[in-house]
Amino acid sequence: MHTPISEQASQSSILGDVTSKSKFNRAARVRFTNRLFQSYFLFSILALCFVLALVIVFIAKTGFLTFETVSFKEFFLSFNWTPEEEHYGAAAFIVNTIILTGLTLLISVPISIAIAIFNAEIAPAWFRSFIRPVLDLLVGIPSIVYGYLGLTVLIPFLREWTGEGLADGIFAAALVLSLMILPTISRISDDAITAVPKKYREAAYALGSTRLQVILKVIVPAASRGIMTAVILGMTRAIGETMAVVMVIGNTAQLATTLFTPTSVLTSNIVMQISNVEFESTWNYALHMMAFLLLAISMILILIIRFIRAKGGAQA
Amino acid sequence: MSGFTATKRNIRARFMDRTATGLFWGIGLLILLLIFWLLYTIMHKGLPEITPKFLVDLPDEIEAGGGIGPMLFNSFYVLILSLIFSIPIGVGAGIYMAEYAPANKFTEGLRICVEALSSVPSIVFGMLGLAIFAEYFGIGLTILGGSISLAFLNLPMLTRVTEEAIRAVPNDLRNASYALGSTRFQCIRTVVLPVAMNAIVTGVCLVAGRAFGESAVIILTAGLSTSGEMWDFSLFAPGETLAVHLWYVQSEAIVEDARQIADKSAAVLVFVVLLINMVFRIPLWFNNRKLKR
Repeated sequence: MHTPISEQASQSSILGDVTSKSKFNRAARVRFTNRLFQSYFLFSILALCFVLALVIVFIAKTGFLTFETVSFKEFFLSFNWTPEEEHYGAAAFIVNTIILTGLTLLISVPISIAIAIFNAEIAPAWFRSFIRPVLDLLVGIPSIVYGYLGLTVLIPFLREWTGEGLADGIFAAALVLSLMILPTISRISDDAITAVPKKYREAAYALGSTRLQVILKVIVPAASRGIMTAVILGMTRAIGETMAVVMVIGNTAQLATTLFTPTSVLTSNIVMQISNVEFESTWNYALHMMAFLLLAISMILILIIRFIRAKGGAQA
Repeated sequence: MSGFTATKRNIRARFMDRTATGLFWGIGLLILLLIFWLLYTIMHKGLPEITPKFLVDLPDEIEAGGGIGPMLFNSFYVLILSLIFSIPIGVGAGIYMAEYAPANKFTEGLRICVEALSSVPSIVFGMLGLAIFAEYFGIGLTILGGSISLAFLNLPMLTRVTEEAIRAVPNDLRNASYALGSTRFQCIRTVVLPVAMNAIVTGVCLVAGRAFGESAVIILTAGLSTSGEMWDFSLFAPGETLAVHLWYVQSEAIVEDARQIADKSAAVLVFVVLLINMVFRIPLWFNNRKLKR
């Protein structure tokens, strides 16, 4: 045989799978990629946690610098927000945020849950497969467009309807927000209601209930945990929403004494002022403290959802 | 004896049931009408007047007739950059949560992290971006800063949609693949991901639509101005996007046709978001057909 050595080598690599040495190579390579990607995936999720830590640490660190010059009492209890004169009372924003969120939920929750019940229990299948994607359309519309519509359509309408000179305020903002969180709440409640086992319904019908009785006495109580989760998720969205609110709320730092008083909430105040202030100033620190409040509220709400879910898991 | 005679209570219950059914139908139809009216209002004020010139022209501060070219370009540019930054990490994290994460306290903690991050208000990401890029690195309001901050916002959503997509893959497929002697990663790459790809792409589209219309983050990190040129790929130029432009035109512009520009911008914005939600799914239909064959 006059086969050159180089050719022999190449032959053996073509038949690589057979020889034990290259088989080992391939297995090692596979094992290596396997391990490599496992650590990459772990790295990704840790990076995510790192971002969260970054957000919390940074906002908290900057926010708590406020209290070097402003007392705890002034920040949380004073309604006087005039940073130009060194008054940093954020109570008005906090109270307004609570009122706005409450009013939004008051409008949105009954309608959203009604939609969810309608979808899951009453609407025929063809209608259901039509209304669900349409609700998803609502999620897709950017928040700034909601704000713009509120400003150009809703506010003129409210002005005519109420006779107020300026209809900006909590009520307009609550209407816009209600529409925005409606798909969130109704979609998740819908899932919760659909997940109620069929035998519950059948048992209730067998006892002679009407559909309304089944819905109110069996299905809604059985799905209540999922509905609570939906409402809280909608709430986090309403509290954190900025651009839609800022366009219709009037942006005046005062307490919302009526539904149509131009006012301001935590998010809208931050976005209106933060670009114009020095980074190293009490004003900026106070704005970060307000962001920290937002952050803290959302975290607490998320923990509440987990608690609700954990309780459900233990019972089931 | 046919035993049943309706008592007063039965009649009332039936009456309530009928009324409630009517009410539920009413609410459902009303909301449906509201949504269509909303879309119609956005579209009919803006869409008919949009010319190709409007879409590529530079904006004008003084005279009427300016366009939205650079903003529209920036919107896509920032969106694509943010997806490039966030998809590898977000999808990777989703794969970890669905495939690798053991059921223990540590995983529980990770899950809380993902949920907490997805509940962080977008304005807070804007503040973080502002502090990192404008203050710490001192590069001012840039496209780079905007897209990285937007990537932060995308991350938890991407992780969630990926995790859900992968969890929906039946375990039989995985077992079959392991039975052939594949490693975990081979199984993910050759079996799980191709099956879940459909749902992942749909999820990414939803995230992209959300990110395209996001304004609170961009306003703080990419600013209220553009470099004033079309097709400016510079990462360090200020990057006002279309959503932010809508805000700017509405609140600060002095140009006389501001209202029309705002109407048209809003229409373009919504149109593109809806398009993103649909167009990116077209390749999936082909993919589906391939899978079925």
